[in-house]
Amino acid sequence: MGVRILFLGPLSDLAGEPEREVPAPLDWAGLLEAVGQKVAEQLVEARVNVACGGKVLADKTALDAHDGDEVALLPPVSGG
Amino acid sequence: MATRSRCCPRSAVARLTLSTPLDVRLLDNGLSVGEALAAFNAAYGEAGGIVSFRGKVRPDGDVKALELSHYEPLTQPGMYDLAHAAKSRFDLDGALVWHRVGVMTPGETIVLVATAARHRRDAFAAADYLMDHLKSAAWFWKREKRSHGWHWVEPREQDHADLERWK
Repeated sequence: MGVRILFLGPLSDLAGEPEREVPAPLDWAGLLEAVGQKVAEQLVEARVNVACGGKVLADKTALDAHDGDEVALLPPVSGG
Repeated sequence: MATRSRCCPRSAVARLTLSTPLDVRLLDNGLSVGEALAAFNAAYGEAGGIVSFRGKVRPDGDVKALELSHYEPLTQPGMYDLAHAAKSRFDLDGALVWHRVGVMTPGETIVLVATAARHRRDAFAAADYLMDHLKSAAWFWKREKRSHGWHWVEPREQDHADLERWK
């Protein structure tokens, strides 16, 4: 089943696709490697958040995603 | 990804029914502001004042369309938390927080916020608070279509400054 990575907002343009399936388990180093250089450069910025299993991680570098988890990459928001 | 989500189903005969004291919705279709505000007014007969704000797609230069995307597991729960925070911070009888997702054209309504309170200052402040947070602290991403294609809209400095006022 693996881990599903979702690229939200402008990150989907950088990734070239809205989502990507990668093998489980997935940690921070694995994530940076899996998303490609352009997205990885954004990911290390403090203004980009990471959610795993529907919860925003307080410390994204502590990512520990398992089989079936969804990891969402959340760039700065603009609503309203 | 955008799914319509209503907390209370609308029957064929009854007019719009709101959940009280907080009615929070993500809508992927047009919303009827008049109907929503009439129902909101009816739901809070004890309120001394009602404030509403409707945000629209600004007819700006060559903008042809605007698209709002969201992330289902976070966006609506986040809007609920925000509505709860507004209710406890200000002395509200109730609040309505509706946000569109999907593609919209200039002039269309993107967001509708309404607050009911015993006294006007709470209603004004709560609507202001809700909007500042929806602009820059809710899980939405906005892009606009101009003559040369789609462009993501970056959050503005002013939006962050507005948010800081509440800290």
